[in-house]
Amino acid sequence: MAHVEDQGGRRRLLNWLLGIWGGGVVGSICYPVVRYLSPPDIPEAATLSVGAGSARSLAPNSGRVVPFGSRPAIVIRTPAGDVRAFSATCTHLDCTVQYRPDLQRIWCACHNGQYDLNGRNVAGPPPRPLDEYDVNVKDDEIAIARRS
Amino acid sequence: MPRLRPWLEERLPLSDLIQTLRRKTVPHHRYSLWYYFGGTTLFLFGIQVGTGALLLLYYRPSAAEAYESVQFIVTRVPFGWLVRSIHAWAANLMVASAFAHLFSVLFLHAYRRPRELTWVSGVILLLLTLAFGFTGYLLPWNEVSFFATRVGTDIAATVPLIGHGLVRFMRGGNDVTGATLTRLFGFHVAILPALATALVALHLLLVQRHGMSVPPSVERRAAENGQTIRAIPFLPHFLLRDLFAWTAVLALLAGLSTFYPWELGAKADPFAAAPAGIRPEWYFLWAFETLKHVPATIAGVSGELIAVGAMGLGALAALGLPFLARDTPRARRVVLWAGLGALGFMGAMTGLALAGGMP
Repeated sequence: MAHVEDQGGRRRLLNWLLGIWGGGVVGSICYPVVRYLSPPDIPEAATLSVGAGSARSLAPNSGRVVPFGSRPAIVIRTPAGDVRAFSATCTHLDCTVQYRPDLQRIWCACHNGQYDLNGRNVAGPPPRPLDEYDVNVKDDEIAIARRS
Repeated sequence: MPRLRPWLEERLPLSDLIQTLRRKTVPHHRYSLWYYFGGTTLFLFGIQVGTGALLLLYYRPSAAEAYESVQFIVTRVPFGWLVRSIHAWAANLMVASAFAHLFSVLFLHAYRRPRELTWVSGVILLLLTLAFGFTGYLLPWNEVSFFATRVGTDIAATVPLIGHGLVRFMRGGNDVTGATLTRLFGFHVAILPALATALVALHLLLVQRHGMSVPPSVERRAAENGQTIRAIPFLPHFLLRDLFAWTAVLALLAGLSTFYPWELGAKADPFAAAPAGIRPEWYFLWAFETLKHVPATIAGVSGELIAVGAMGLGALAALGLPFLARDTPRARRVVLWAGLGALGFMGAMTGLALAGGMP
């Protein structure tokens, strides 16, 4: 009996060792692979302000999409003549919005989301308003800046 | 030649294989037509592997060169337009054929014991087919595919806790950029084909092991009339019919690719607005239309989360169907109606998307 129990104990120990060995091999392969799959963070200088083109060429009741760092921004001139700027990334699912003169609204072609001239989500699926940027018009040049 | 056969015979189990195929029979009844959709899906998968390999010889997976390389393929490479067009059309036919296969298996109740794992591997293969479609869509780096990928990957952000990590995993960063293109290319040409090939092998092995399932209604009718269910030999009867179906699919594919060559569109511009009338491929239209109609919040919870959660639960229910539905006439009726409901919902949403233009 003692002999059999002894064998059972030895078998358990060996199974444990095999398990640890197998787990170690699998873990040492999977850990680097999983880490490899998640892309490294590339620090990007935060864009604070960009030029957004000529003010005169932006007619009332129209808009234009301009790069703001790595993301697009939209500059619009309201029918009343004010120049405003917002993030052009739709808050619904990341599409790029455009100005719709016929609706007098900012519109997203992907899922028909609509924002008013203050960037507020007023129709369709967007859950939040567009981020608004500060606008400065100096001579003919529009400059837009992130709100501090 | 006469000496080659015994030489091979000694080294390969050829005669065993031929004997097995000669003994194999396939049930023949009023629903037998639906048996051919698995085969046509496999045939189209083969076409995708072949044409995909050809496209790889000229395609360049980077944001700066992808669009131009596809343009080069379709304008300069002899028959390049045909190879690309076949790859794009066959992808669409493969999705259609896989869906037809899934729903016919569902409605004929072929998922029942002992074919549970055949069903599960089949559902995973359908999901892989959709993943092939999604990852391949971005590769030409055109306007429509760029925004489709932005939207498609951003949907993952609705998943609680890990959503942001998932989006970064799929995009290879925070935005859809050249890094996303390279990453989806890797999925499309290496990771997904490896997974799909292994699963197709398992799926086929299981189909061979269990044979074709006979629908309960056919079984019942045969039992009532005291008849046995007719069967036809696999070799050559079923195989010839299979080959005929494949030839028909090939003819359809050639016709579509020649007379309706797949458009390339305009090159993606990350700083342009999404073009009006943008919509995904037809097989994602129902999901696209659903997302369009879901309000921003439902009872204080994000509407998107609810919609995406419901679709996820639907996929899980499809995956676990053989374990959820017991093998009783009542349960089969429930499955039939649930299947018809899902098909009806997807059809109605697709119709709505096709009918709806701009606001």
